[in-house]
Amino acid sequence: MSDFVRFLIAGISLGSVYSLVCLGFVVIYRATGVVNFAQGGLVVLGAFMTHQLAVVNGIPFAVAVPLAMLIMAGVGLLLERVVFRPMVGQPVFAMILLTLGVVFVLEQVCAFFWGYDVVLVGDPWGVATVDLLGTMVNVSDLWTIGATGAALAAFFALFRFTTLGIAMRAGAADPEAALAHGISPQAIHGLSWAIAGAVATVAGVFLAAGPKGVDLGLGLVAFRAFPAMILGGLDSAEGAVAGGLLIGLVEVLTAAYLVPAMPSLGANFHVVMPYVVMIGILVVRPHGLFGTIEVRRA
Amino acid sequence: MPSSHAASASRAADPAPLLSLRNLEVVYSDVILVLRGVSLDVGRDRIVALLGANGAGKTSVLRAITGLLPLHRGRITKGQVTLDGTSIADADAPSIVRRGLAQVMEGRRIFTDLTVEENLRAGGFACRNRAALATGLERAYALFPQLTDRRKQLAGYLSGGEQQMVAIARALMSSPRLLLLDEPSLGLAPKIVAQIRDLIVRINAEGTAVLLVEQNAAMALSIAHTGYVLEHGKVVRDGPAAELAADKDVQEFYLGGGTGNGRRNYRDVKTYRRRKRWSA
Repeated sequence: MSDFVRFLIAGISLGSVYSLVCLGFVVIYRATGVVNFAQGGLVVLGAFMTHQLAVVNGIPFAVAVPLAMLIMAGVGLLLERVVFRPMVGQPVFAMILLTLGVVFVLEQVCAFFWGYDVVLVGDPWGVATVDLLGTMVNVSDLWTIGATGAALAAFFALFRFTTLGIAMRAGAADPEAALAHGISPQAIHGLSWAIAGAVATVAGVFLAAGPKGVDLGLGLVAFRAFPAMILGGLDSAEGAVAGGLLIGLVEVLTAAYLVPAMPSLGANFHVVMPYVVMIGILVVRPHGLFGTIEVRRA
Repeated sequence: MPSSHAASASRAADPAPLLSLRNLEVVYSDVILVLRGVSLDVGRDRIVALLGANGAGKTSVLRAITGLLPLHRGRITKGQVTLDGTSIADADAPSIVRRGLAQVMEGRRIFTDLTVEENLRAGGFACRNRAALATGLERAYALFPQLTDRRKQLAGYLSGGEQQMVAIARALMSSPRLLLLDEPSLGLAPKIVAQIRDLIVRINAEGTAVLLVEQNAAMALSIAHTGYVLEHGKVVRDGPAAELAADKDVQEFYLGGGTGNGRRNYRDVKTYRRRKRWSA
């Protein structure tokens, strides 16, 4: 039982990070229709940025993270302005390929500044554990759940209650009608990229928190979060959260229970499991748990 | 055309119309000529009707005014659009909204998965501060009392008439000096159309000029001060609304009245219509 609680916490922790990565995907997808494969690059860059501020420059961790989020929001804005705005009106497919190009550019930028080694993000938790319901739980896992929860809550509050958030949803629903009321699509796109940059930073920091650290491989998380996004539905923020949590749990519980029970699956089957879920979902419910069903006449 | 002369005279009498189009030419995709020299004026505190069949270019006129042409790969190749004396032909849509122009688009185009109140707040995006937004909401609910109970409901679940009200209320949120309405009667029951008509009169009485694009010419001419008839991207008739309503051609083609003298060959009308479609 105590093991189960430990796995549960670890799964929710991993899942909440996936949720944040997915949220970055969803924000940009809803605003621009582009599946942004560069999200993983933003996650890595955000984590390295935090490393730079907290470890290299010695800024306190609690200040370094918001600062890194701010910088990464700026990076998001810059990407939209320089790379994606000139592409408006071009086929969405071209933009999606462009995001793949951006991943490689971001990767090289990281390699140039911070090299290929694993570095720490300067979080204060390390390998510390705490007793929870009679089981030892990583402190960093609890912080991950708390902080990503707060980030998600802030995001949903922004989306639901502020004029800016309403404008973003209006712009995603009907760009022309929104424009007719003074909501500029460029502003919405820029804002979406800024938000994607900021949430990617939080995701990156907590992926690298504790003993794990950050290296270039961290960007692969975007591809591991991809099944979560398909599961939740590409265009649903709620789906991103639900999908992220489910996939996180599936991954951890597979590693904990299924792999030991069926060794023939292979030691790393937990990495495969999210894709198995994704394929299953695509067959049964292609629009995901929360996504919009696309109605199209033949 | 005697009526045209009369209109020219009245146009000269209005020294500074709020909105003025001069010789407007609009081309889509660099090749499709849609407006071929349209001139029209909307005076302060006036209701102006713009009539025409499908494809005559009415919506293009509105797009040219509101800066939405680039979205449809269209552009103004000739002529002028001035709002209160300043040219807005090259301005982008958000800045045109901030200058006091608002639009109710054809087919309502409300944000269906937003609540009524969120729709209104989106319409008030150009409001400079919270106070302006709050007054805007207050005024909207005063003008459309039945929306008050529905403020938290998703706009997509409202009836067609209520959705049209949301669309109008949303456009009014930015406190426009000039409201453009594109086919507000489209697809609505006669009773609702009458309601919408009364609303337009009321909005106008409260100090907003209105440019009303309509296929329902009877409704439009019943409340407009002046009117223009657009065909093949050209203004073919214009003048005071009463004069237009009395015009034989307008009666025949837009008000559904026959001339009454003898049998009409239905094919004439058909050809006439078909020709207009092609020109779109």
